[in-house]
Amino acid sequence: MKNRIRKATRHVNQNEGLIFEKSSSGKAAWKLPPLDVPEVDASKLLGSAERKDLGSMPEVSEIEIIRHFTRLSTWNYAIDLGMYPLGSCTMKYNPRVNEAVARVEGIANGHPYQPEKISQGALNILKTLSECLIDITGMDAITMQPAAGAHGEMTGLLMVRAYHQSQGNARKKILIPDSAHGTNPATAAMVNYAVENLKSDARGMVDIGALEAQMSEDVAALMLTNPNTLGVFEQDIHKIADILHAKGGLLYMDGANMNALVGKVRPGDFGVDVMHLNLHKTFSTPHGGGGPGSGPVAIKKILEPFLPTPVVVTKDDGTLGFDYNRPHSVGRVRAYYGNFGMFVRALAYIQANGPEGLRQTTEDAVLNANYIRKGLEGAYDLPYSTATMHEVVFSDKLQAKKGVRTMDIAKRLIDYGFHPYTTAFPLIVPGALMIEPTESESKEEMDLFIDAMKSIAEEVEEDPQTVLDAPHSTRVSRLDETAAARKPILRWKPSV
Amino acid sequence: MAYPTDRKYTKEHEWIQPNGTTATIGITDHAQESLGDIVFVELPKVGAELAVGKTFGTVESVKAVSDLYAPASGTVTETNADLATSPEKVNKDAHGSWMLKITLKNPGELDGLLSAADYEKFVAEEGGH
Amino acid sequence: MRYLPKSPADREAMLKTIGLGSVDELFAPIPAEYRLSRDLKVPRQMAESEIVDYFRQRSRENGEGYTSFLGAGAYAHYRPVIIDSLISRGEFLTAYTPYQAEISQGTLQSIFEFQTMICELTGMEVANASMYDGSTAAAEGVMMAVRLTGRRSVVVARSLHPEYREVLATYATHQGMPLSVAGFGENGRLNLKELEKSITPETACVLIQSPNFFGTIEDVAAIAEVAHKHGAMLVVSIAEAVSLGIVEPPREADVIAMEAQSFGVPLGFGGPYCGVIATREKYVRQMPGRLVGQTVDKQGRRGFVLTLATREQHIRREKATSNICTNQALVALMVNIFMTVYGKVGLKELARQNLAKAAYTAEQFAKHGKVLFAGAPRFNEFVVQTKEDPHAINSRLLRHKIVGGLPLNKFYPELGNAALWCCTELTTRNSIDAAVRLVADRDASAPSTKEEAGVEEVAR
Repeated sequence: MKNRIRKATRHVNQNEGLIFEKSSSGKAAWKLPPLDVPEVDASKLLGSAERKDLGSMPEVSEIEIIRHFTRLSTWNYAIDLGMYPLGSCTMKYNPRVNEAVARVEGIANGHPYQPEKISQGALNILKTLSECLIDITGMDAITMQPAAGAHGEMTGLLMVRAYHQSQGNARKKILIPDSAHGTNPATAAMVNYAVENLKSDARGMVDIGALEAQMSEDVAALMLTNPNTLGVFEQDIHKIADILHAKGGLLYMDGANMNALVGKVRPGDFGVDVMHLNLHKTFSTPHGGGGPGSGPVAIKKILEPFLPTPVVVTKDDGTLGFDYNRPHSVGRVRAYYGNFGMFVRALAYIQANGPEGLRQTTEDAVLNANYIRKGLEGAYDLPYSTATMHEVVFSDKLQAKKGVRTMDIAKRLIDYGFHPYTTAFPLIVPGALMIEPTESESKEEMDLFIDAMKSIAEEVEEDPQTVLDAPHSTRVSRLDETAAARKPILRWKPSV
Repeated sequence: MAYPTDRKYTKEHEWIQPNGTTATIGITDHAQESLGDIVFVELPKVGAELAVGKTFGTVESVKAVSDLYAPASGTVTETNADLATSPEKVNKDAHGSWMLKITLKNPGELDGLLSAADYEKFVAEEGGH
Repeated sequence: MRYLPKSPADREAMLKTIGLGSVDELFAPIPAEYRLSRDLKVPRQMAESEIVDYFRQRSRENGEGYTSFLGAGAYAHYRPVIIDSLISRGEFLTAYTPYQAEISQGTLQSIFEFQTMICELTGMEVANASMYDGSTAAAEGVMMAVRLTGRRSVVVARSLHPEYREVLATYATHQGMPLSVAGFGENGRLNLKELEKSITPETACVLIQSPNFFGTIEDVAAIAEVAHKHGAMLVVSIAEAVSLGIVEPPREADVIAMEAQSFGVPLGFGGPYCGVIATREKYVRQMPGRLVGQTVDKQGRRGFVLTLATREQHIRREKATSNICTNQALVALMVNIFMTVYGKVGLKELARQNLAKAAYTAEQFAKHGKVLFAGAPRFNEFVVQTKEDPHAINSRLLRHKIVGGLPLNKFYPELGNAALWCCTELTTRNSIDAAVRLVADRDASAPSTKEEAGVEEVAR
């Protein structure tokens, strides 16, 4: 292997089987205190509902559990180890003070149904965060209930429908650009809207002519990501909003790319009527291997009556409470109030930054993406020359001539000590390499990344097989996904 | 490759092999090659109605799903149960792996389809060779 | 700003490389009319110590140090300390979704173990990697049944958590799924006669919860028989996962939609929690959410990958089984560790203690009020009916830093002065005895008119 690999070195790491393979009767990691109430006879109390057997649930000791999960953890890449150049994921630093404050007793152990009198702390956090997010987005109101971005999209579209119904025409269609993330059309379908595709123009932005042609009084909304998934700011956003509003339609914004906008511009100011945020992207709450997230939905006044129930209000005596009396609400989208633990973390992030920090964060995010764009121009094909915001999209066109595709380059990047960028998305760029560094990357890390990508481009020319067979340095090589899909094995089974 | 002449082809890469008032349907070798390893084939139930040009099922690879479009209208009489357990047969022999059999509603529809030679030409042009 | 790893010199050098004079030029694509020229209205930048102080203060205002008898879908169980030790490792906490399997084997293998244990506990054949929570898992379970049967209406038990029913109603309205509700009987269980009457040839599924909202264990076999007889599926919601240690799982269900919060997830004022869907293998392609499968690499070594991805939104887009993308992975890891710590023997013991605590408490309450729904087994929750308004009782308890059972008049007004009480292994005998005494002893702290007025505010 080339010695251009500077960021990572192979190292012995521990093997570890499935926890069930360590299990053995008589081992235990738990101990309960003695019962201070009388013992009960479960068969008497439960009768035929009594469960006798817990099958092959494991029995192991505490040290085995610590070793098990610690070893497993060492097989993962993580933000704490290095950059994730994943486009539209905003893999930024997850501040540890967020974790500490989420664990303070009254916050961590608050029951959602405890009396409002002793919930002022939580309600205060809800209200303060809501106000911050409302100002950041330039909107009028917000619901914190949705558990993730897709859930927020669903909630937003439910409010869109409720609004149109109140106007006397429910409307049937949602327009979605062909560059959109898959959750957008999936959500529209779940809410029983017909999805109509909107083509992008040569600059990678919404084709205004196409929008004008497709806009009608049967279109409820346009779901837009801005900057779009190419990292390009929709320059004609004013025209877009006007075209929609002229025929009574609403502009929905997918807030996944807010990391390019916070403190510099507000969606509510450029015509957005409803949008969701991803607290696990822009607001630093941890990805945790795939969640939890949080997808609050911010709205303009016209949609306020339709907010999910309940809504936080200030009562006459000055204390905070929940208002359940919301006759036009779309209802609940989940039990309780939302992923509250993520609200705590997001608020701590905003507090650590303040207005100056948030603005500088956005500036660094955009600066970083442009620095990487400059560094890789020439080595990789840049399909759109439009100005880049916080993420940049290249394509594998040059490398494809040697039979090497974006997925192969991504796998080789692993050998260089990085997590891959986003491959094969957005769909409008065949063979896409979608890169978003975020503000959390130092110049040093980015220089290593640029150098790695350039080195791989050279390898494609001189020794493509190395790239095609990558990764070479991981615990497992490329896995047989076909077998996994043809004959799915979705659980461990004890050998008979 | 030479495509079998005992059948007709569509631009969506299905083949249809007529046999009097019935016909057998599958996908072409070009289709299976572009899809990659096939992991699942979703077919309609026996008795379902196919409308020419409309989707009637899907073929899945690991990372993509492709719609299957009806080459002709008719009623499903039989589906290939083999494909439920061994979808890879389509990769191994696309022209020999039938997906379903139908009774033709309107045999005249086949006249509008591509012959083996036309299909071969179509594939070559599409690929930009 | 201390999270930003660039010095002014770095920024200068980078701008020079790009060929720009200032950062402002990078924002030129934003039309001038929209560029924000003022500071955001957020709190000023705070030191870490100030942030900690802020949240400590909020914590003090949030019932710190109170003893609670609340359940109703969110349960206070002991969380082994190694859960946080392990999930706080950066390689778990700050890892992304495991799309790149070669560098995510830690996350993938732990999810595979999670799926396995959920199957063992629920008696189902496959389980997914998590849904947002129990309420949305129930709604998605119902949607699965609708897709699988091709029918559209749903019969829902009134003994299902009221907020779960609200969520289902929201999802159902827009999917054109008519809902009908079947009530409960004297024993707190779903009324089978009402169920029979509610099912039609258009019923896709029956949705129940067991143990139900009142803590009562449903007669799942009987309900399954009725549902299946009419060609409908049975979806069972489980809100108190600890019950699975000692209560037979609903093996006759077609889909189980669980809330696993009891397994090591903090109450956290309502979230994040951990929904899961478990079902039979033949339905796996209609199951929403991520799935991890076992496979081999090029050298034949065992490894794990996300699989059956063609169900999901990033491939099927508008034809996906669900729009779910981000799930509850880190919380599912907490659940995984909890299940591993307690394991085969511990989970049973834990459940037994819960059963014992609740049985004792119900017995004590029965001396001073009526414990409803006798005649059917229950787990760790029960309903107490009193002469006094539960809100007044709770006001009194609150003065002693005890949070009493959930007053039910908002959800089940016909039950009168009733409240839902929950006991777990953490509920001490002292607090039980104290609570019972205070509930019984109205005169000991006769409220003034002013205090009576305070009662309203405890209402939910």
